[in-house]
Amino acid sequence: MLVSVPVFASADGPMTGLVRLTGVTRHFDPSPRGPGRILARPRPAPLTAVADVSLSIPEGTVYGLVGESGSGKSTLGRLVAGLLAPSSGRIEVAGRDPQGANAAAIGIQMIFQDPAASLNPRWRVGDIVTEPVAARGRVPRGLAERLLVQVGLDPADRGKFPRAFSGGQQQRIAIARALSANPRLVICDEPTSALDVSVQAQVLNLISDLRRDLGLTCLFISHDLAVIRHMADRVGVLYQGRLVEEAAAGTLFAAPRHPYTRMLLDAVPRLDGGGGRAGLRAGDIPDAVPAPTGCVFHPRCRVAVARCASERPALRAAACGRVACHLA
Amino acid sequence: MSVGPVLSLRDVSVSVPGRGARGARALAVDRVSVDIAAGEVLGIVGESGAGKSLLASAVTGLLPPRAGLSGGEVWIAGARVDHLPEARLRRLRGRVVGTVFQDPLGALNPLMTIGAQLAETIAVHLPLSRSAARQRAAEALAEVGIPAPADRLGCYPHELSGGMRQRVGIALALCAAPALLIADEPTTALDVSVQAQILALLKRLCRDRGMAVMLITHDMGVIAETADRIAVLYAGRLVETGPVRDVLDTPCHPYTDGLVAAVPRIDGRPGRLAQIPGAMPPPGARPAGCAFHPRCALARDRCRKDPAPEVAAAGGRAACWFPCRSLPARTDP
Repeated sequence: MLVSVPVFASADGPMTGLVRLTGVTRHFDPSPRGPGRILARPRPAPLTAVADVSLSIPEGTVYGLVGESGSGKSTLGRLVAGLLAPSSGRIEVAGRDPQGANAAAIGIQMIFQDPAASLNPRWRVGDIVTEPVAARGRVPRGLAERLLVQVGLDPADRGKFPRAFSGGQQQRIAIARALSANPRLVICDEPTSALDVSVQAQVLNLISDLRRDLGLTCLFISHDLAVIRHMADRVGVLYQGRLVEEAAAGTLFAAPRHPYTRMLLDAVPRLDGGGGRAGLRAGDIPDAVPAPTGCVFHPRCRVAVARCASERPALRAAACGRVACHLA
Repeated sequence: MSVGPVLSLRDVSVSVPGRGARGARALAVDRVSVDIAAGEVLGIVGESGAGKSLLASAVTGLLPPRAGLSGGEVWIAGARVDHLPEARLRRLRGRVVGTVFQDPLGALNPLMTIGAQLAETIAVHLPLSRSAARQRAAEALAEVGIPAPADRLGCYPHELSGGMRQRVGIALALCAAPALLIADEPTTALDVSVQAQILALLKRLCRDRGMAVMLITHDMGVIAETADRIAVLYAGRLVETGPVRDVLDTPCHPYTDGLVAAVPRIDGRPGRLAQIPGAMPPPGARPAGCAFHPRCALARDRCRKDPAPEVAAAGGRAACWFPCRSLPARTDP
């Protein structure tokens, strides 16, 4: 069922793929808005949410992006969706810049974490799911019903409002809306994090089926490593805006190279009770401002050596992937 | 009563207003009985709306305004507490029962330093001077693994990370050395690495202090790593309970079985997940017979008519007409 992924990424940058990111960086200005901005002394340093990320997603594959809160996953998703502009670097989706109106023309759609917040409560479901089509022209007859059937909902419910549906059903509606415009790329940002486990399984299976049947390309963002394991062909691990490891899903989960990836995998609670190990130094994720010198992970790393604090490791080619660690 | 359970719930029911203006009251928690012994973590698992948090609120008498305890008994350390007047309950909270909430930022006062909040709580429960209370506050922070605790007393909640705030939340709950700690989704808002630290902390405190812990979560993995025993709630009913390994390895109730199978596993193979069709009905819209029967692959006619009986299950009990595992030879009389 899974599409085999050709080995395409080299150390000097990805060459092919529907989605191509080259040296993408995005800064945010954390100084207060309004008049306080002028008075803020000293002006805070810019926050780098995404730093020098290069990656490529071949057509028809699922790229899983994993990391803790504040790692820049969602910012990267919004950059690829064209909702944010990169501060530097280049983003191409199907050979075009996804900024502005291009995103819809290329066929980029997003599915968000909180379905209740991403559906207009005053619109009827039939209008919500066909909105991407209506925005660009006439809605064919029966489209709403076809879309609702496709995501496993009753087409007779097209006249209802979103509040009449459970969380899982609302996420199905959001998926139907994303499918309405025949997308090439679907960006799923934590699509099941707000759902209960039994409903999560339904929605993940639905996304898998649609992706297989429609040949969709997916950027799948999640903090849940087990969900990423189930969904992704290739996985990128973000830490403080930097890609620290990337590999085919099977390789990454069987033989993680970066100490951060290993720590994340060890910390995941498992049903057999053999996980949940807090394998990190005391303390929490340090603030991203200012970013530590050297390797971004070295303040929490258990195996860090002196070099890690002074010299930033490059993301270099490793067995079926890339890793940014002096010791890997 | 030192040998008895710290917490004992006997047929506890919580009613909530039904739908619509004239809706009849519905049972959101329906005759649940569980015990927690000293030094034991009981994990309560269930989907949202299953009644987990209402059950916990019933223990402390902090039910939401329109919900009410409609039956059953709550015993804490050998004393019945469900009919106590509010003034007596207030003294119980904090001193005998500590609570850790999901959102540590919402549980802390943003305008008070954490030292002041801890000292205030300590002063309410213990006869200590201000300086002694402050000293005790620093000790409380050290106990939950906060580095440089004396320096942190002057911090405001917003200056701490999520994991540190949750440690402060736990320190607050532990100020008066309660016999029972209720942790309601304590790690749901935290990253996985911080979650592992907080769960290890809860386990250590439970062992060291001989505290009873009620751990409420929707995450089966968290239960598997932390709890000694598990209670699975579905639509307000206790559908299965027993030692955590027995229940997760050989679930007897089809709902438990489905829940365990639906969890994506990090060491699993990619592909389709087992799924439970449909969704849990809200209180007031629950079907006759076993509430799970519309979603159950094993349901027969009897499940649609008669409430499920309680049967012996792997090391515990389950409420099911046709359990999906063959039962041990022993059956309850």
